[in-house]
Amino acid sequence: MSTSTTIEITGLGKSFGPVRAVDDLTFSVRPGQVTGFLGPNGAGKTTTLRMLLGLVRPTEGTATFGGTEYRNLKDPLATVGTALEASSFHPGRSARNHLRVYARAAGIGMKRVDAVLAQVGIAAFADRRVGGYSLGMRQRLGLAFALLGDPGVLVLDEPVNGLDPEGIKWIRSFLGQLAAEGRTVLVSSHLLSEVQQSVDRVIIISHGSLVYEGGLAELESGPRVLADSPDRAALESALLAAGAEVETTAGGLAVLGLTREQVGSVALSAGAALSLLATENSGIEQAFLELVGEGGSL
Amino acid sequence: MTTVLTDAAAALRAEFSKIFTVRMWWVLLIVLAGYVGFTAGILALVFGGVGGALAGGGNAPQIPDAALPAIIYSIASSVGYVFPVLFGALATTAEFRHQTLTPTFLATPRRGLVLGAKFAVLAVVGAGYGLVALATSVGIGSSILAATGHDTGLGETDTWWLLARIVLAMAIWAVIGVGLGALIPSQVAAIVIVLAFTQFLEPILRLVATFWDWTASIGQYLPGAASDALVGSSIFTSLGMATGQTQSLDWWAGGLVLLAYAIVAGVFGYFTSWRRDVT
Ligand SMILES: Nc1ncnc2c1ncn2[C@@H]1O[C@H](COP(=O)(O)OP(=O)(O)OP(=O)(O)O)[C@@H](O)[C@H]1O
Ligand SMILES: [Mg+2]
Repeated sequence: MSTSTTIEITGLGKSFGPVRAVDDLTFSVRPGQVTGFLGPNGAGKTTTLRMLLGLVRPTEGTATFGGTEYRNLKDPLATVGTALEASSFHPGRSARNHLRVYARAAGIGMKRVDAVLAQVGIAAFADRRVGGYSLGMRQRLGLAFALLGDPGVLVLDEPVNGLDPEGIKWIRSFLGQLAAEGRTVLVSSHLLSEVQQSVDRVIIISHGSLVYEGGLAELESGPRVLADSPDRAALESALLAAGAEVETTAGGLAVLGLTREQVGSVALSAGAALSLLATENSGIEQAFLELVGEGGSL
Repeated sequence: MTTVLTDAAAALRAEFSKIFTVRMWWVLLIVLAGYVGFTAGILALVFGGVGGALAGGGNAPQIPDAALPAIIYSIASSVGYVFPVLFGALATTAEFRHQTLTPTFLATPRRGLVLGAKFAVLAVVGAGYGLVALATSVGIGSSILAATGHDTGLGETDTWWLLARIVLAMAIWAVIGVGLGALIPSQVAAIVIVLAFTQFLEPILRLVATFWDWTASIGQYLPGAASDALVGSSIFTSLGMATGQTQSLDWWAGGLVLLAYAIVAGVFGYFTSWRRDVT
């Protein structure tokens, strides 16, 4: 692995004619962590990544790897590994030959091709033409391409798309492992839940602009406890008296500020029999939806 | 300096392996060999005496015996040139069509280097196409000429120079294909334009150009005419001589005109589609 670098994006903007795809975006991605790059469909994730990789020319601003633009990197594939959303394969070429072509272009040995094919679990189909590959197999081949140069930085656009549960589990632990080795890992997704368990930090954009940059824990407003009782009014007043924030939802009362155990004991001392007591984990998802505009931005 | 050279060598290796890891190259090559061999064989039979005797001698177009081998051998380029140009265009437009420009430019961010490597590699492949096309046109053509009692011309150095110029023409045609592919990224559009121009439009233009002196002086700059001038012999120019005005460039000028088409298409293609955003 070459030394890992920080991704630095400064004042980045892109207009496709009248469409403002990315607007004044500034953030950085540090080594040793998995960073999630989130936003609803059309938020500008792919466009941002393609600008970072020198494939799309920014209208304004810069995107660098430790100060060096992608096109000026001395050994691009050995510095940054990339798997972009679109399947960029010739359907008539085998997976092995696909990787060999770009290994040759980057001066990478042919042994490395076999190694990454095995690493992503498609060695058995490597000599089949890619045209017959399933979506999940293509994703894995895309990942193999990203790993080809054993890079210190990984930029992955929606890598979980099309993977089976087994594959999702595998990629989550794999990304964590890569970050633990000290690499910089940037993973985009339009679903928070998809990356929630595997990212250390998130960058959230909406309509091309940054809306949040930071840890997942800070994003969360705290877990909510759902509780209900046949005597809902009594339970509510007891909880309010205990200093909780209470919201009435369709399924019962959503309680903020108390743990599940505390809610239980409040109910007991108030003499309100509980018909429901559970912790709700969708706090982050809720915060995410609020940030990007509920129901997506389209 | 050394990194530029190693980068260029790597880009060339990558472009070569792109060609030979997809079936297209030999599919087109087999069709080229069959088509050229068949045409050369028929022509050798028609002009080489068998057909002449069947037709009663008088009606067959008159071509001096000495020019016969050159006309038959040059079928490789005068008829076969569409294959390298088509292959060059297909190889280039495939990069747009299958979005392989993304991994290509990720591995080699210097886009000009990639296009230059494609030019060089397709020139070599085009020359290879030329050699295979000659193997059939000369192989079949000379056998028939010899069998019908004609001189095969293979004892003369002039004939071998002709064959060398045919290989050169085929190489340049493949490069023209790359330029066209960069200029017209849509694969379907590129194929239609190549076929419509080479098989239909240009033959008509070249025929019309023979009507007057002033058109003939322009007509010699058409790519097919320049190619025939470079080769120095062609079934079309030989027949044209009998029917109207033709002018032909010197062989080297023909070669330069042909190369100019390739370079102009490539440079325009580079500045239009090749440098564009890859989304
Ligand atoms: N080549 C292009 N020409 C015109 N508009 C474009 C182009 N590429 C992207 N856009 C527009 O830019 C905006 C951002 O698109 P982008 O693909 O970056 O979004 P995304 O966040 O990756 O979305 P998704 O989650 O659907 O992949 C969209 O409005 C899109 O229509
Ligand atoms: Mg996208």
